[in-house]
Amino acid sequence: MSAGFLFVAVFLACVVEAVEALTIVLAVGLTRGWRAPAYGTGAALLVLAVVVAALGPALKLIPLHTIQLIVGGLLLVFGLQWIRKAMLRASGIKAKHDEDAIYNKEVAAASGVATKAGTFDSYSFRIAFMGVLLEGLEVAFIVLTFGTTQGNIPLAAIAAAAAIVVVVGIGVAVRAPLAKVPENTLKYVVGLLLTTFGLFWGAEGAGAKWPASDASILVLLAILAALSLGVVQLLKRGQQAHAEPAAPTVTPEMSQS
Amino acid sequence: MIAKWIRAFGLFWFDFIVGDDWRLAFGVIAGLGLTAILAHAVSVAAWWAAPVVVIAVLVWSTLLAGRKARKA
Repeated sequence: MSAGFLFVAVFLACVVEAVEALTIVLAVGLTRGWRAPAYGTGAALLVLAVVVAALGPALKLIPLHTIQLIVGGLLLVFGLQWIRKAMLRASGIKAKHDEDAIYNKEVAAASGVATKAGTFDSYSFRIAFMGVLLEGLEVAFIVLTFGTTQGNIPLAAIAAAAAIVVVVGIGVAVRAPLAKVPENTLKYVVGLLLTTFGLFWGAEGAGAKWPASDASILVLLAILAALSLGVVQLLKRGQQAHAEPAAPTVTPEMSQS
Repeated sequence: MIAKWIRAFGLFWFDFIVGDDWRLAFGVIAGLGLTAILAHAVSVAAWWAAPVVVIAVLVWSTLLAGRKARKA
């Protein structure tokens, strides 16, 4: 896999996670003040740094085939969940991920919790900490798995950092959730990428040899994209058939009258 | 207290990894397991096994979710 492909895959995945974390931090920060959310974000980043620092070197000690099998399996589990959700959203069965709606919900929740003047806002700290930690865990996982399997953790880390800098930079500039980011489409693409790499590495780790070597990645990606779009069409047709009322049966006599 | 914490920790990781539908995780284990058996025990070309199993489970799980949503 080329370095460019690795960069794009990690960058896109991390943009999605960063947008979600930013929405949560902005909601509590703009509603209740920035001190506690800033501490919460900092604490979560510290925990994530410890996780990456501990797991990164440990992963290098494991044989490559075992890494490929574990990493491929986990990427597959995540990727399949993302594609499934994306297909259900694209066909209208599941509500689309709406950052504005999530932001408003967080703001309403944050406004409803009282704080004592002069005390540390533990509510804001907890919400920011959990939001950044949960989304960040996925970023850390993607960086470690892609980076270790390709033997290039620094490039994966740079791609993740670039995504976070871009998203946070825009978020700070506009001081609003990034609702215009085509998050549902991005999640679809990232789901396809995670599943493709998961299949490729997982099967290699399990002992398979791909007939076209690295070029098999592109074939897998094309097959998955085509099949998933086909499933979306099937689901849409099912939705339409369910929504339309049963058409009245027209007999020849009725049509003549 | 510790038991409660361990339970919450386990539930968090279960939800983080398995997610909305356990069938997907099962499909991954089945697909990679079949690949390993074909490659090591039977010694035949095994590259096709994981994609076939995983994609079949993905399509099944998604169509099932669609059908459930229409019934609800």
